[in-house]
Amino acid sequence: MPEQLAFTIEVFLNGLMAGVLYALVALGFVLIYKASGIFNFAQGVMALFAAMTLYGVMNGQVPFAHLINAIFGTEIHYFGWNVPALAAILLTIAVMVLLAWMVQRFIFRYLVGQEPIILFMATIGLAYFLEGVGDLMWGSDIKTLDVGLPQGINETIDEVTFGWFGYGFFIDNLDIVASVVAIILVAALVLFAQYTKQGRAMRAVADDHQAALSVGVSLNFIWILVWSLAGFVALVAGIMWGAKSGVQFSLSLIALKALPVLMLGGFTSIPGAIIGGLIIGVGEKLFEFLIGAPYLGGATENWFAYMLALLFLVFRPQGLFGEKIIERV
Amino acid sequence: MLDQTEGYTTEDGRKIGGVVMEMRNITLRFGGVEAIKDISFDIREGEIRAIIGPNGAGKSSMLNVISGFYVPQEGQVFYKGAPRPPMKPYQVAQQGIARTFQNIALFEGMSVLDNVMTGRLTHMKTGLFSQSFWLGKAEKEETENREVAEKIIDFLEIQAIRKTPVSRLPYGLKKRVELARALAAEPSLLLLDEPMAGMNVEEKEDMSRFILDVNDEFGTTIALIEHDMGVVMDLSDRVVVMDYGKKIGDGTPDEVRGNQAVIDAYLGVAHD
Repeated sequence: MPEQLAFTIEVFLNGLMAGVLYALVALGFVLIYKASGIFNFAQGVMALFAAMTLYGVMNGQVPFAHLINAIFGTEIHYFGWNVPALAAILLTIAVMVLLAWMVQRFIFRYLVGQEPIILFMATIGLAYFLEGVGDLMWGSDIKTLDVGLPQGINETIDEVTFGWFGYGFFIDNLDIVASVVAIILVAALVLFAQYTKQGRAMRAVADDHQAALSVGVSLNFIWILVWSLAGFVALVAGIMWGAKSGVQFSLSLIALKALPVLMLGGFTSIPGAIIGGLIIGVGEKLFEFLIGAPYLGGATENWFAYMLALLFLVFRPQGLFGEKIIERV
Repeated sequence: MLDQTEGYTTEDGRKIGGVVMEMRNITLRFGGVEAIKDISFDIREGEIRAIIGPNGAGKSSMLNVISGFYVPQEGQVFYKGAPRPPMKPYQVAQQGIARTFQNIALFEGMSVLDNVMTGRLTHMKTGLFSQSFWLGKAEKEETENREVAEKIIDFLEIQAIRKTPVSRLPYGLKKRVELARALAAEPSLLLLDEPMAGMNVEEKEDMSRFILDVNDEFGTTIALIEHDMGVVMDLSDRVVVMDYGKKIGDGTPDEVRGNQAVIDAYLGVAHD
């Protein structure tokens, strides 16, 4: 069955590409969780907010235009200029860093040492707040984010695989770009954590707060740093997903897909987030193709990841790479 | 700037300098409990100063006041001659006060070398930008600090485990790595919270030797808390004795040994 095999490989590759995007979102969770023990429910909304901001800046939208118009009876919506993609991305990064600072200054500074569930509730609040502010700033309409990434079928792969299998693979250029960007991003983060002073301080804080203080590390600074990094990762995820399926509210729901990824990979492991993302991406596509569609009536992609996570919770609750949970009596 | 009051010469002939740290009328309360009651003492440059006392005497609280983990309700801390405003523990560390913990607070996930390198963080000044892009300045700084870290690793004889993750080390070695990390900061004042707790006789002897060597070699001023009276008397130049949050004795080991209040605190008194 060479044709069946070719299909399977194609599905596998597409699964990998989807997995990269899941991993990207999961990575944002891991960064914050490791350094502060906060499970950031707002990570998905941060991706949405970042994508909206990027779109707004690029297209010269006036922030809070509706609010301003409603109060002053004006009719302004656009500045009338367009900002080049690269400059807009830099500006959006600045906005995400500012957001990180505000989150630390106005929320988590007051919650140091609180129970994890309280920190979690605070991030749920943050998620709703940020969603509201995002809509208010940039409007809630669906936007097509185009930062000039190549899209559509990759002709070369199509032709080459046609030569091999007599069947051309459909691989989206955007997925390839997303994968490359994700790999570079992860490599950069790992290098940063391993070889820079701030990275070393970051790992120190992730490991032991008290010890970190005793070697002169400001927890506050590190927390702002990890929230900024998570904001940056959210922006990258937002660009990729936004280019794929438009900037809209459902973007924030991809965060939910990151949950099973984290169950698999472990909440504290960066490699875990990546491998977990890939397993979920490949797993759900292959399962749908080989078992779901032929035997189960399809649409298994919606629940496969969660079932897999459930199995992990039962048999290996710390995930593939998470720290082993040992309790001494 | 050091306090200009004159130092003294120890029995073994080491010259002790001016006051590095002075605690003046320190009182620390937790709710209604007074953990430290109106205590004053000083620590002089180059000396090994011990704080001893029975369980719950407030020794660790005192160390936490010095290192900024606790802020006293009353009294004033003087550091290098100037009153120290209330500050966060990381700021105290940046001022050159390093410490170890009673229950070892190492970065378990990191290697020994990485742990010691975190001790150098206060000496690394390059910013986020040049660090991120590994510009020349950052690289030079890393190399310089790495040299200091390696020197201390050699000094404490832990070369063989440089690359080992700390979580895999036995207790005694962890204590030594923690000392290495604190020492890597080249502190003006080194605080050791029960450096020999839970060790066997051999490990205690090793640790005592290292503490003396550190003081001798680097001239590091050391303040330590210890339970083991024998060890304290051998190591320290001057001893503060605490009991129920109060200071009941202060002086050379010999003076303290002969102090009736100290003997009572340790051996108990007959109530009649």
